[in-house]
Amino acid sequence: MSTTANDRPAMGLRTGDAPVSAPPSAGAKKLGGAVGWVDDRLGPAKGVNYLMKKVFPDHWSFMLGEIAMYSMIICLLTGVFLTFWFVPSAGHTVYDGSYVPLQGVGMSEAYASALNISFDIKGGLLIRQMHHWAALMFIVALSAHMLRVFFTGAFRKPRELNWIIGCLLSMLALVEGFAGYSLPDDLLSGTGLRAAEGFMQSAPVIGSYLAYAVFDGPFPGEAIIPRLYSVHVLLLPAILVGLFTAHIVMVAVQKHTQYPGPGRTNNNVVGFPVMPVYAAKAGGFFFIVFGFIALISAIVQINAIWVYGPYDPSPVTAGSQPDWYMLWADGALRLLPGWLEFSAFGYTLSLNVAIGALGLIPVVYGAMAAYPFLEAWVTGDKREHHLLDRPRNQPTRTAIGVAAIAFYLVLALAGSNDILAIKLHMSINDITYFFRAATFLLPIVAFWATRRICLSLQRADRNLVLHGRESGRIVQTAEGRFFEVHEPLDEYTRWKLVGFEGQEPLQLTAGTDAHGVASPAAGKDKLRARLSRLYFQDTVQPVTPAELEAAHHDGHAHEAIEGGSAAELEAGSSSGHH
Amino acid sequence: MSTEHSTDTVRLDEGHHVGDGGIPAQFANPGLPPHVHRMADESEAAAKRAERQVAGLFTLSILGTVLFLIAYFAFDTAHRTWVPGIGTVSTSNLLLGVGMGLGLLGIGLGAVHWAKTLMPDEEVVEERHAMRSSDAARGEFVEIMRGGGEKSQLFRRPLIKATLGGALGLFSLPLLVQLVGSLGPLPKNHLSLTMWNGTPDGEGGYTAYTARPRLVTDPESLPIKASDVTIGSVYHVLPEGLLPSPEAEDEHLREGLHHGFLEEKGKAAVLLMRLDPKDFQDTPGGKKAQEWGYQGIVAYSKICTHVGCPVGLYERTTHHLLCPCHQSTFDVTDDCRVIFGPAKRPLPQLKIAVDDEGYLIAAEPFHEAVGPSFWERG
Repeated sequence: MSTTANDRPAMGLRTGDAPVSAPPSAGAKKLGGAVGWVDDRLGPAKGVNYLMKKVFPDHWSFMLGEIAMYSMIICLLTGVFLTFWFVPSAGHTVYDGSYVPLQGVGMSEAYASALNISFDIKGGLLIRQMHHWAALMFIVALSAHMLRVFFTGAFRKPRELNWIIGCLLSMLALVEGFAGYSLPDDLLSGTGLRAAEGFMQSAPVIGSYLAYAVFDGPFPGEAIIPRLYSVHVLLLPAILVGLFTAHIVMVAVQKHTQYPGPGRTNNNVVGFPVMPVYAAKAGGFFFIVFGFIALISAIVQINAIWVYGPYDPSPVTAGSQPDWYMLWADGALRLLPGWLEFSAFGYTLSLNVAIGALGLIPVVYGAMAAYPFLEAWVTGDKREHHLLDRPRNQPTRTAIGVAAIAFYLVLALAGSNDILAIKLHMSINDITYFFRAATFLLPIVAFWATRRICLSLQRADRNLVLHGRESGRIVQTAEGRFFEVHEPLDEYTRWKLVGFEGQEPLQLTAGTDAHGVASPAAGKDKLRARLSRLYFQDTVQPVTPAELEAAHHDGHAHEAIEGGSAAELEAGSSSGHH
Repeated sequence: MSTEHSTDTVRLDEGHHVGDGGIPAQFANPGLPPHVHRMADESEAAAKRAERQVAGLFTLSILGTVLFLIAYFAFDTAHRTWVPGIGTVSTSNLLLGVGMGLGLLGIGLGAVHWAKTLMPDEEVVEERHAMRSSDAARGEFVEIMRGGGEKSQLFRRPLIKATLGGALGLFSLPLLVQLVGSLGPLPKNHLSLTMWNGTPDGEGGYTAYTARPRLVTDPESLPIKASDVTIGSVYHVLPEGLLPSPEAEDEHLREGLHHGFLEEKGKAAVLLMRLDPKDFQDTPGGKKAQEWGYQGIVAYSKICTHVGCPVGLYERTTHHLLCPCHQSTFDVTDDCRVIFGPAKRPLPQLKIAVDDEGYLIAAEPFHEAVGPSFWERG
């Protein structure tokens, strides 16, 4: 060791080192040191600062997606625990665990290990039930989140891609759930797999090849449990996590949408920054969802696999039903009539199965993914939208959404037609015939009713803006007439009711060019204009300042509830109320 | 659209101007409403109270975690407790779950309450920018990509372009062929055969029986004497040799199948019922059913022709068979014709007879594939 005058003390600065200002406390110094060490090497401060200052708008409905995200994380966590004890094997074994009724019964190693998790591993049942409850919560929450996004129009430009990713996530979550509850190899899950094999057989031309490939031979075989396992714990989670990451990154890049309101515009985000408010709220909410799932798993039993016994292709399993999110697909299978199976030239086309089992989910999700583009085509709206719609201000979209819910509910209820028949003491045949008709009729009724309700709500909004709140104060005039005093809305409340865009249908441009030759796209344009007219039919426009002025000046004679043309204003004046 | 009152003067030679009465065409966004302070912002006592509530929730979390730890070591998995409203439950599961739940909820509720009462609640406005990149950036992107193509000489060398395209198009084939080719065996005609055709050869095919197999009960594996089958009774039936039959003389029958037990059972399971012969309908189906049966005893595949669930619910009074999965209903008096539900085809009938000792045997195998439909089933 040299001791020349040029020696520096260990903590000294070299040329070019910047002196650091003194930290406020010893703890801060320690933390700052560690963070500084990382920043010296990776320089994350800039990006993290940006994220920590990022503003998110506040609304309860924005938490639905959050619940889905947290439930997925809880599934991943508890799922890793389960892999430590679950044996994904169809190999035969004789149960010798502590659940007395099944002792000495031959079963697969998968089922035996699932029983082992439930009865012999401390806390195993809790983790298993949390995994199942979190999976159900995941699908409930993501479905509710999708409905929120749909009904508020959050899927519009620039978020169409994220909507498609969301559709994929939702569809894969169904498959992931099915793969998961098929793994324990109890009688119920085995019966579900038996049906799934039948679904595959129904695929035109390749059905039996498909089934033999997936099951490595005849059903059930020994391959399906380990194969489902790798799909369930490796393939699908990897895709889900990847898509989810893209989903959330896109939310950050595009910034969150917000509900319309005073101070909120298409060009800003009004809300709270991540640090400290959302760090606490969203971080805390993760713990709330986690704790809630732990609590339900402590007190509400789910999927009591030990009741069903091991899988056997022959015993009766009355009341066989999939988890709730598959009920609609199962319901479709119950409703599709047998005459949809056709035989000709020695070949069988089993559409009574294939439509419900193979076609339904891809077609419905395909339609959902296509919706943003169809709507933009019909409305001709190519602008960026960051302000959400109140569902009533988009009567046709809202009606389409409710019609889809009606369709879904009919199928899901049909998936419980046997339970309904028992509980309601009705004939299962009558219930099924009713649902067959309702599949087509109820969505139409729901569409029409929802549209009318939306239009009525919009008119009620107009009425409120034009005439103010009923104050409950009755005043007698000098001539002896009575009237109730209406209090005008303050400008903030009023903005919530008038701060949306008026809408006009697309006009059909001339179907011929300058030389009178029919344009090749004329037919398409005609269809488009027609759909656009239907979409915007009876549209209600926001109250304009002129209308409000008129209502104030001439409050008793002029009762313009309906927006739009002068004729409508005239008509309104004779039917309004005082 | 202008929200300002028009102040422009109108010249006399301009003709008619439509007036707006000085009123804008649309309402203007009034901006953020004035901020309303919370109790905790204005009173130190309220803030202190909020602090205590947050601390209380965090303490609840600590207690929950302690409860979990105590419960983990204090109760083994066999311990049971009766809980009002729930019933008898695993003590360990209940306490572990409640402990963990409180441990997590305490943190979550505390943090959210903290954020709502003490953290800033004045809204912040962040500006948005159009998602689209600037024209310059887009132009540059095109230039970079085109430049890359130029410099690599991709556009000038069609041979490279064509072969690279071909190679990229084909490279996934080996992976695809490996996967699709090796996932499972070809079905051949195995879906159309069952253990009623012969003994399984271990590769999905069957070696024909020398003597027609007996019908045995599931799970006892006992042969069935026709005279023992009373009217109205139902048997779950399998071909002999599938389950071990301890009393059989033949060694193979004694041991049953060693391999592919569930696979064979899933195709060969049969329901045997005895009806009063006059209960059969006077239809071609009803007559055929009787002919293939024996004195009103009939045997049908138990595997539903819809998607393959076991058709296990037999209504003795109506002679209807119901599949519990999708409620397809089959009428046994009319050759198991579908009278309701999504199935199209009747359940295949197994032609039965009796051997010289009076036991039921399968006179012939099934004449068609059992279970769900598939393309080439015919």
